[in-house]
Amino acid sequence: MLNFHKSDQAPLVSLNNAGIRRNDRWLVRGVEFSISRGEIVTLIGPNGSGKSTTAKAAIGVLKPDEGWVEKLPGLKVGYVPQKLAIDWTLPLTVERLMTLTGPLKGREVEEALHSTGIAHLARAEVQHLSGGEFQRALLARAIARKPDLLVLDEPVQGVDFSGEIALYDLIKTIRNRTGCGILLISHDLHVVMAETDTVICLNGHVCCRGTPQMVSQSPEYLKLFGSRAAKSLAVYSHDHDHTHLPDGRVLHTDGSIT
Amino acid sequence: MFDDFFTRALIAGIGLAITVGPLGCFVIWRRMAYFGDTMAHSALLGVALSLLFDLNLMLSVFIVAAAVSLLLLLLQKRGALSTDALLGILSHSALSIGLVMVAFMTWVRIDLVGFLFGDILAVSEADIDLVWGGGILVLAAIVYLWRPLLASTVNPELAEAEGLQPERARLYFMLLMALVIAIAMKIVGILLITSLLIIPAATARRFATSPEIMAVLASAIGALAVTGGLFGSLHFDTPSGPSIVVAAMGLFVLSLLPFGRNRQVETAIHSTHGGHH
Repeated sequence: MLNFHKSDQAPLVSLNNAGIRRNDRWLVRGVEFSISRGEIVTLIGPNGSGKSTTAKAAIGVLKPDEGWVEKLPGLKVGYVPQKLAIDWTLPLTVERLMTLTGPLKGREVEEALHSTGIAHLARAEVQHLSGGEFQRALLARAIARKPDLLVLDEPVQGVDFSGEIALYDLIKTIRNRTGCGILLISHDLHVVMAETDTVICLNGHVCCRGTPQMVSQSPEYLKLFGSRAAKSLAVYSHDHDHTHLPDGRVLHTDGSIT
Repeated sequence: MFDDFFTRALIAGIGLAITVGPLGCFVIWRRMAYFGDTMAHSALLGVALSLLFDLNLMLSVFIVAAAVSLLLLLLQKRGALSTDALLGILSHSALSIGLVMVAFMTWVRIDLVGFLFGDILAVSEADIDLVWGGGILVLAAIVYLWRPLLASTVNPELAEAEGLQPERARLYFMLLMALVIAIAMKIVGILLITSLLIIPAATARRFATSPEIMAVLASAIGALAVTGGLFGSLHFDTPSGPSIVVAAMGLFVLSLLPFGRNRQVETAIHSTHGGHH
């Protein structure tokens, strides 16, 4: 599983010693990583460690002040930003939100809404959705356009625990079905999807990286978050019929917990 | 009852209302009402410059409004002051410089009230051509720019990440605003231009179920306000520009009444802020 992606393919996007500077301060510096087709890269780190900044540099919204970012020509990106406020004066249904940045077929919209479990909300105004429903709508919008690279900045914020598992499951399914690359920013320091190929721990720079297991044991991670955090670096795994929860219990597909 | 000047006023006013409807929607979605005011106030500087250098009035108003919006973009990039403070400075500086310049030009006498409140009853056939020609141009540009403009209104970073160009859309939008203000000045005047932009769009919100419907409704409501206002001004012998704005306000108040449609939307309008963070 760790070698899921084919490393002989050119990466979708790669950051080379990238740094972003604002008001004489480096928000993040010396960032190096790449995302290939079918690969899931997760960024973790404390508040203000440059996770969103790094993601924005990767998709070209921010231009690096140092180093460079290479994107495959014609790369199609699907983006779920961390913060999105839609003014009350803008009448926007979930259905209309889907075609915000490009046209889609009706069937594609339906599929995306169905896979995120909000098909029944197609005609609801986005301002009336709950936090969790809104996140699903944003995720549906990003996947509906069938991107090569999916960039998800805290996609499960505001989603309850079982919804979180379902969404991580969905993200894995999307990766397996479409083979897109995924850059994921975790809202929780201690939780990383099991399918993650590479975890990158940021704190103004890349402080450590590797598989989820490697990172949770690396001295830099321990120093940054303490050994208690390391013990609780949970991994969402989905082995066919059950899920290991962070506290050690097992969630079965029928919803029971043992 | 229908004199020629009245028919011309009606045709020009309706053309203008249809043009500003969609622009007005973007002004309220983007919370740029004060920006519209600033551009309109700077129009007086355009008037003064046109007198001083013997330029075409509309062209010089357009140039000044466009220059003020570019200046705003530059000052925003420096990031020292908040946008509304910058707008306050630009708005009243441009207006005052215009007034001072006019005062220095002792050889010209201008009808200041005419510029501030417009004189729709004085539009010529050439003005009608300009309003409708310019209007069609502006509407065509809006249709062409619709997707990037709407997407960057929702979130500029999202628009940029997914291959649209929000910066360019924003620049074109500002130029369109400058053009509309230059065209509209004669009809509703500097002080009332933004009301024609904002009030019909705000009225349309209650009845709209999509951004596109809201844009079309804003145009229709604006046209209705112009018609009502002009007939009112004829009947009560009131100034035409303010009468149009009063009619628009009347329609807005009507839209607040709790009849028909669902109440959720109504409470939505009343809430001062919303959305997800």
